Amino acid sequence: MRDLMSLTARPEVISLAGGLPATDKFPREVFERINACIASNGCAAALQYAPTEGFDTVKQDIVTVMSEEGSRADPDHIMVTTGGQQAIDLVTKTFIDPGDVILAESPAYPGALTTFMTYQARVVHVPTDDCGIVPDRLERVLSELKTEGRRPKLLYVVPNFSNPSGVTVSLERRKVIVDIAARERLLIVEDNPYGLLRFEGELLPTLFSLDTVENVVYLGSFSKIVSPGIRTGWLAAPSAIYQKIVLGKQAVDLCSSSLTQMFVHEFVHSGDWKEYVADLRATYAARRDAMLEALAEELPQGSTWTRPEGGFFVWVTLPHGIHTGDLLVKAIERNVAFVRGDAFFVDGQGTASMRLNFSYNDEERIREGVRRLGEVIREHLELRRSLGFS
Amino acid sequence: MRQTHVCVLYGGRSVERDVSVATGHRVARALQARGYEVTGIDVDETLVRRLKEMRPDLVFIAVHGRGGEDGTIQELLEILGLKYTGAGVLASLRAIDKVLTKRILQAEGIPTPPFQAFSEAAFHDLGAKDTLEMIVEELGLPLVVKPAAQGSAFGISIVPGFEGLPKALATALSFDGKVLLEKYVSGRELAVSIMGGGKREIETLPIVEAVPRSEHPFYDFDSRYVLGETDFIVPAELDPEVETEVLQVARNTYLALGCSGFGRVDVILDDAGHPWVLELNTIPGLTESSLMPLAAEAAGLSFEDLVQAMVDSAVVADSA
Repeated sequence: MRDLMSLTARPEVISLAGGLPATDKFPREVFERINACIASNGCAAALQYAPTEGFDTVKQDIVTVMSEEGSRADPDHIMVTTGGQQAIDLVTKTFIDPGDVILAESPAYPGALTTFMTYQARVVHVPTDDCGIVPDRLERVLSELKTEGRRPKLLYVVPNFSNPSGVTVSLERRKVIVDIAARERLLIVEDNPYGLLRFEGELLPTLFSLDTVENVVYLGSFSKIVSPGIRTGWLAAPSAIYQKIVLGKQAVDLCSSSLTQMFVHEFVHSGDWKEYVADLRATYAARRDAMLEALAEELPQGSTWTRPEGGFFVWVTLPHGIHTGDLLVKAIERNVAFVRGDAFFVDGQGTASMRLNFSYNDEERIREGVRRLGEVIREHLELRRSLGFS
Repeated sequence: MRQTHVCVLYGGRSVERDVSVATGHRVARALQARGYEVTGIDVDETLVRRLKEMRPDLVFIAVHGRGGEDGTIQELLEILGLKYTGAGVLASLRAIDKVLTKRILQAEGIPTPPFQAFSEAAFHDLGAKDTLEMIVEELGLPLVVKPAAQGSAFGISIVPGFEGLPKALATALSFDGKVLLEKYVSGRELAVSIMGGGKREIETLPIVEAVPRSEHPFYDFDSRYVLGETDFIVPAELDPEVETEVLQVARNTYLALGCSGFGRVDVILDDAGHPWVLELNTIPGLTESSLMPLAAEAAGLSFEDLVQAMVDSAVVADSA
C-alpha cells in the first residue's frame, strides 16, 4: 500500500515520516552572498553546460569534504552527480543486468531498493544488528547463493547512521566486510550521505579508505550537509569502471547543474560549510535526544529502538507482533506520521518496525509527535487484547 | 452567454485522497474541454466559505471515502442550496456503510454474501471475540474481513484459518470502527456502472470484469490503481441470461439504496453462475484505471461524454 504520503504533507500533521534536513537553519545572508557572487563573477558559466564529470573546482571541494572523514580521493576519479540518488542509479545501470543479485542491509534505504527493482535486480537482505551487517551472516548468504550457482554483483551499504536503522557499522566489521568483498570480488557500493553528521563517538574510516584493491564505489551527497534542493552529489569510483559510469551519465543528463555546482563551490571553498555542519550537528543532536527521551516515556514495555550517534533516523520495533501498518491510519487521524517498517525490505520483513525521523521537526514537535504515537500504540494494544491476541 | 460554473471537489483527508485527486483533476480537464468554467477545490476547512463566495451553478463531487462519499459534503451542499452530482444524502449514508447496505439488500431479497458485523466497542466492552468461533462455523472458511466504510479495498483480508482472524480484524479496525466478516464467495469480479435514477430513467453501462494478475489474491488496492496489474474485459463475456440477471440485481441494488445520478455496483458471479452483490459506490473512481470510464467507453461514450452525462443527471435530478 502507498504510504499515504500526500495525507502527511498537511501542516497540522507532525511528520516523523520524511527524511528532510532542516534547511531553515541555512543562513540567509550566506545564501544571498553566494548568489550575488555567482551573478557578478560567473553569470555566463552558471548558465552554461558543465563537464559531464563536474567542474574541477567542485571535484577539488569534494576531495576536501572527503578528507574530513579520512578518505583520500583522486579528483580524476570523482564524478559530480545530480544528487546521491543519481549516483545509485548510474552504478546500478552500469553493473546490473536483469536477474543479477544485489546484497543490501536489513533494513535498507528504499530509494536504492526502488532503483534496484527498476533494473530488475534480485535483492537479498543480509541480516544486520546494532553494529551493522553481520559478517557471519554475510558469509552464509554468499555460500547459499553459491550453491544456487549465483554470485552477487554488488553489496550496498550505508555505513554511518544508516537510513532507516540509524545503525553504524563498527570498525572491526568494516575491515571484515571489505576483506570478504575483496575475496569474493563483490563490489561494495558505500553510500555515505550522513557521515559528517556525527554527534558523538569516534569518527570511523570509510570502507573506501580501508579498501586496498579498488573494490569500493563511494557515493557522497551535499543534500544533508548543504541542501537537497541543489541536487548535488558525487561518486568516487575505481579507475577501471569510472569511464563506464561517465558514459552512463552522459546519456542521462550530460552534466549536473552548473549553477548549483557553483553554489557548492562558493560554500565549501570559503570554509563556511564547516560552521554550518557544526550547527546542524548541534541542532540534530538535541532533536535526537528529545526523540530518545520521548520514546523511553511513551513506548510500551518490550519495544526496542536504535540509538544513533548521528544522522536522521531512529528505528523502532514494537513488541507482541504488532504490525505498524495497522497503526498508520489511526496515527494520521491523530496528526502524526511515520514510515512502516516493511517499506525498507523487498521481502515483507520489518512489519513490527517503523522509521522515525528527528532531523526535520524541533524538539517540541518531536515530543508531541511521539506522545501521539504512544497513544495510538496503547489503544491498539488494548484493541488487540479485546480481539484475543495473547 | 455566461459559462456555467462548476466546482470540482476532490482530495480531502480520507486514505483515498490520491485516487480522489486523480479523479478530480481528470474531471476538471474534461469539463474545461466542454466549455464549462471550472474551479477545482482540494477540500479543507475553507470549503464552505469558498462555496458561499463563489456560488457555483453546480458542484461536482469527486471526494472518495469519509467526508465525500458518506453524505457529509452532500448535506452541506443541501444547506447551501447548491446543486451537486451523484447520490443524495440518504443514499450516500446507506452506501458508505457496507453493513447497512447489506441489511437493506437482505430485506429486499437481493443476494449478498452472508455476514456478521461488529463495532470496535463490541470487542472492547462486550467480549465479542467469544462469538468468533460460532461465526466461523456459520460462515465457513475462508472468510473475508473488511472495514464497513472504506473504499479502494483498503483494510480487506481474506482469512484462510481461524488463527488469522484477530490480525485481520485489527487491520480492518484500523480503517474503521465497524467491521464485517463475510462469507467468501469465489468467482468472477464484475462491476455494473449505472446512470440515472430519481426522475430519470435508469441506464446500465456494459459490465466490466476485473481479472487481477496472478500475484494479487483479489482485486486489491495495487491491482486497482497500478496500470497493468489487472486485465479488464469489457463488456464481460457472459451468457445472455446471466448478464440479464447481473444487470437486474445491480439495478435493484441501486433502487433499493435510493441512488440517483450515477453509481457502481460490485458483484461476484459465483461458480454456479449466481450473482452476489458486495457493495455500491456512489462516487466511483474516474481515474485512468477505473472501471466506470471503461464501461462508458464500451458504450461508445468518451470520458468527456461520461462527465457531461454526470453533470446533466445532476441538473435534471434537482430541477425535477
